[in-house]
Amino acid sequence: MSDTPTETRSVVVEREFPHPPDRLWRALTQPHLIEEWLMKNDFHPAVGHRFKLQGEWGGTLDCEVLVVEPDKALSYTWNFTHADPAFDLRSVVTFTLTPTGTGTRLRMEQAGFRPDQKQAYGGARAGWPQLFEKLQQVLEKSA
Amino acid sequence: MTTSQDLLFRTLADPTRRALFEHLCHHGEQTVAALTAQAGVSQPAVSKHLRLLKQAGLVLDRHEGRQTHYSARRRALVPLLDWTSQMAGFWEQRFDDLENLLNRMDQ
Repeated sequence: MSDTPTETRSVVVEREFPHPPDRLWRALTQPHLIEEWLMKNDFHPAVGHRFKLQGEWGGTLDCEVLVVEPDKALSYTWNFTHADPAFDLRSVVTFTLTPTGTGTRLRMEQAGFRPDQKQAYGGARAGWPQLFEKLQQVLEKSA
Repeated sequence: MTTSQDLLFRTLADPTRRALFEHLCHHGEQTVAALTAQAGVSQPAVSKHLRLLKQAGLVLDRHEGRQTHYSARRRALVPLLDWTSQMAGFWEQRFDDLENLLNRMDQ
C-alpha cells in the first residue's frame, strides 16, 4: 500500500499440498486438468507457446509461456486487453514448486499490476460478482 | 485490511442496508424520516441499519435540532476495489479447487 505511482505490485499466494511435485506439475500443465481448477485453455508446456484462458465471466486472458522447468517452475504472461486503462492488464504469473518432507509447496506470484489498476479481471469476478458489480455501479453513478 | 473488508461485506450483504447506502449515494444527505419513507421497513429498523452502516464507516451522521441527517461515505468502499486483495482472493479460491483436484487425482 506504500507504493509510489511508478511501481508495479505483485500478489503472492503460497500453499503446501500433501502431494509430490510431479502430480502438481500435471495439474498445472495438462489442459483438461488446468480447466478443472483454473479456466478453459489451450495451454501447451512449451516456451513461446501462446494460449488463451477463458474466464467464466466471458472474458479472455492472452497468455504466452515464458518458463517451463518440469516439476520446478512455470511462468506465463497473463494479459487482459481493454481500451479502458483501468481494466487493461499486463502481468506475469509464476508458479514455483518446492518439495517438502510431506509434499510440495506451491508459490504463485502474479506481478506487474500497476498501482492505478482499479480492476483485476479474473479476480474481480471470482468472489462476489453481483455485489461487486453493484458497488462499482454505485461508485460510477455517484462519481 | 481483511477485518475491515469482512465488516464491509457483512454490512453490505444485507439488501436493506445496501439499498439505504445506494439511496444515500444517489440522493445525497437524507433524514431518517426521508429514508424510512422509501425503505419499506419501519423507522426503528432503518435506524438500526443506519447504526450498522455507520459502524462500518459507510455513512456519516449529522445532528441538527431533533433531526439526524445521514450521508454516504463512498471512500469506505475503496478497500473493496483494491485489486491486490481481489487477486489474492481469486488465487486462494483457485488453490482450493486445485487441492480438490489433486485429491481426486490421488484416487
